[in-house]
Amino acid sequence: MRELMLGNAAVARGLYEAGCAVISSYPGTPSTEITEEAAKYDEIYCEWAPNEKVAMETAFGACLAGKRSFCAMKHVGLNVAADPLFTMAYTGVNAGMVIGVADDPGMHSSQNEQDSRHYARAAKVPMLEPSDSAEALEFAKLAYELSEEFDTPVLLKMCTRIAHSQSIVRTSERVERDGKPYEKNIAKYVMMPANAIRRHPFVEERTQKLQRWAETAPINRVEEGRDHKLGIITSSTSYQYVKEVCGDTYPVLKLGMAWPLPDQKLIDFAKSVEELVVVEELDPIISDYCAALGLKPSGEYDFPRLGEFSQNLVADRLTHTFPMGRALEDEIPNRPPVMCAGCPHRGLFYTLSKNKCTVLGDIGCYTLGAVAPLSAMDMTLCMGGSISAIHGFNKAGGAETEGKTVAVIGDSTFMHSGMTGLANIAYNRSNSTVIILDNSITGMTGHQQNPTTGYNIKGDPAGKIDLESLCKAMGFNRVRVVDPYDLKACDTVLKEELAAAEPSVIISRRPCALLKYVKHSAPLTVDTGKCVGCKSCMKIGCPAISMKEGKARVDATLCVGCGVCQQLCAVKAFASTKKEG
Amino acid sequence: METKNIMIVGVGGQGSLLASKLLGHLLMEQGHDVKVSEVHGMSQRGGSVVTYVRYGDKVNSPVIDKGEADYIVSFELLEAARWLSYLKPDGQIVTSTQQIDPMPVITGAARYPENLVEKMRAAGAKVDALDCLKLAEEAGSSKAVNIVLMGRLSHYFDLPDEAWQKSLEAMVPPKFLELNKKAFQLGKKA
Repeated sequence: MRELMLGNAAVARGLYEAGCAVISSYPGTPSTEITEEAAKYDEIYCEWAPNEKVAMETAFGACLAGKRSFCAMKHVGLNVAADPLFTMAYTGVNAGMVIGVADDPGMHSSQNEQDSRHYARAAKVPMLEPSDSAEALEFAKLAYELSEEFDTPVLLKMCTRIAHSQSIVRTSERVERDGKPYEKNIAKYVMMPANAIRRHPFVEERTQKLQRWAETAPINRVEEGRDHKLGIITSSTSYQYVKEVCGDTYPVLKLGMAWPLPDQKLIDFAKSVEELVVVEELDPIISDYCAALGLKPSGEYDFPRLGEFSQNLVADRLTHTFPMGRALEDEIPNRPPVMCAGCPHRGLFYTLSKNKCTVLGDIGCYTLGAVAPLSAMDMTLCMGGSISAIHGFNKAGGAETEGKTVAVIGDSTFMHSGMTGLANIAYNRSNSTVIILDNSITGMTGHQQNPTTGYNIKGDPAGKIDLESLCKAMGFNRVRVVDPYDLKACDTVLKEELAAAEPSVIISRRPCALLKYVKHSAPLTVDTGKCVGCKSCMKIGCPAISMKEGKARVDATLCVGCGVCQQLCAVKAFASTKKEG
Repeated sequence: METKNIMIVGVGGQGSLLASKLLGHLLMEQGHDVKVSEVHGMSQRGGSVVTYVRYGDKVNSPVIDKGEADYIVSFELLEAARWLSYLKPDGQIVTSTQQIDPMPVITGAARYPENLVEKMRAAGAKVDALDCLKLAEEAGSSKAVNIVLMGRLSHYFDLPDEAWQKSLEAMVPPKFLELNKKAFQLGKKA
């Protein structure tokens, strides 16, 4: 059937058709929809794992037991899962195992711009790199064939523009797999030094075999061109931009396999053209590889090493033409993302801002606490980094920092890798205050369940980890729960826990305002007779409140009646629009 | 045929996803190659969002670049102005006149420019501006702005009404179909 399909949905379809049976992932933009879409197929067991390392090891266990398995993550998630990856390269697989990793050039929703292709080379595992949805589907299936034929996990690399673009695919039926029986094989699967030393030569030989496969693989193809003055080597979205700009003018070597690269094919292609150009987003991996083969890719075109490419950028570099659009003279104000109206994080961050806290932050919607006017964040590094960092901060700063520094972390991020940091505080005793922002969901990536929500990926009841009990079991005597809509309570609890002479955890608990089951109050309205225009309500950065003609105004289409602004108004100008009775 | 480009721009949460799904379905049913590119994640939280819809015999790039858009469909006036440089010299803007203040305007760090429709016209753009929010509310829900805009956009396409209706039926849940059909007609006739 011919269908318009999101790249990530196409990967899920490919997994389904390939007979994949077990998927374990951690959500992360732009990879999340692979697992969400796969969960719609009843034939595949799908789950959200607490983090990417757990997900990958779960998928490994499943392939060991004989079923085709998969895990998905964003580029930075692969850092978390790098430990099992590098050794799975040695053990290889039983049934096929594929790892989806989605890069985010341009950092639409990420904290860095790393190029995952480095991992394929470093871990010595093959990587396929589709350039549209049709290839995403086909490469997912091919990845399993390679995995089983060459006894290796296979990386399937997506990027934002492939993952979040819909293009046309042709679907086919699922092929059920019988499953491979598990056989005990200590030499293959127990990676202690004596066995690992014997497995390493296998890994090196496998790369050579894969390289020979890559030489003739149809996914590494030469597309002929009329003019051999220039020859272009490219892959992924860059391939699409090149074709958009050049059509069939110049020959193109389109690489569907990012690693290992086909030496002879590269050499032959270079020989067939006068000048060789490599067009690749982010790091010069193919380019450096070609240079190492002595192929001298042209450095003249100066493709950037940061951000996304586009057809205009490729046109500018290759043909020196750049279409110009018209623009207004007016400065167009930016529209940065903001915490939603009614976001439970707002009240808490207002309290942190008011108390002039040093805030060591983490990854999630609440990173927006760094944005003006709240500006209540000092650091954001990686998943779980807030808790580990506050421990170090306070060990170094002592009494000087302990009384005014907090770590903030969401419920899902806490489950991901906050717990181990908290164990360090409990064990090595820094007088740190950790705030868990429990909004009962993984918010940023679009509402995925996690171990604290009590529901699984399909929305069915599941195990539920109790945060209070967990923190207490770790040895925290002071565990407080506070409603972030209640500013006074937030302020009191924060002051008390910062003053306490021992480590403490504050759980700021209220479900995300966007959750379907959350009932909203009627929007508020401003009595312009009472409003004195003091702008106290503007300190919380609520998108529903603005100043018009010197008075506050509430946008009734956005306001959910959370009442945080009401608590800041000294003249009681805010009132509910709810009808009496 | 040469690839045609439609940009759908607005503020995160305004419902551009359904509009792009509708266009994707419609254009694929006409036998075109189609690519629809959207943004998920952080920028959805009330930020400026853009969706690219491209169709033709063979579509390569999933994105639309400066000077390339045949149509810019905008849910919000400032967003139409923000993406103006993406419009082709003879391109058409179809925009709702709704104005949503971005945070820098709310905090007073920036001003919302005035008379944007006139200024875009003065810059040489063809601008079709209408109060889609009012029409959507007339149809029964402020959320139907996306389909009002699609109704308005249908003016510029040489496609039978049935084709649009068929795509509406395929993409809109049955519960909301009548409301959205009404919104489409209101946009079309406006």
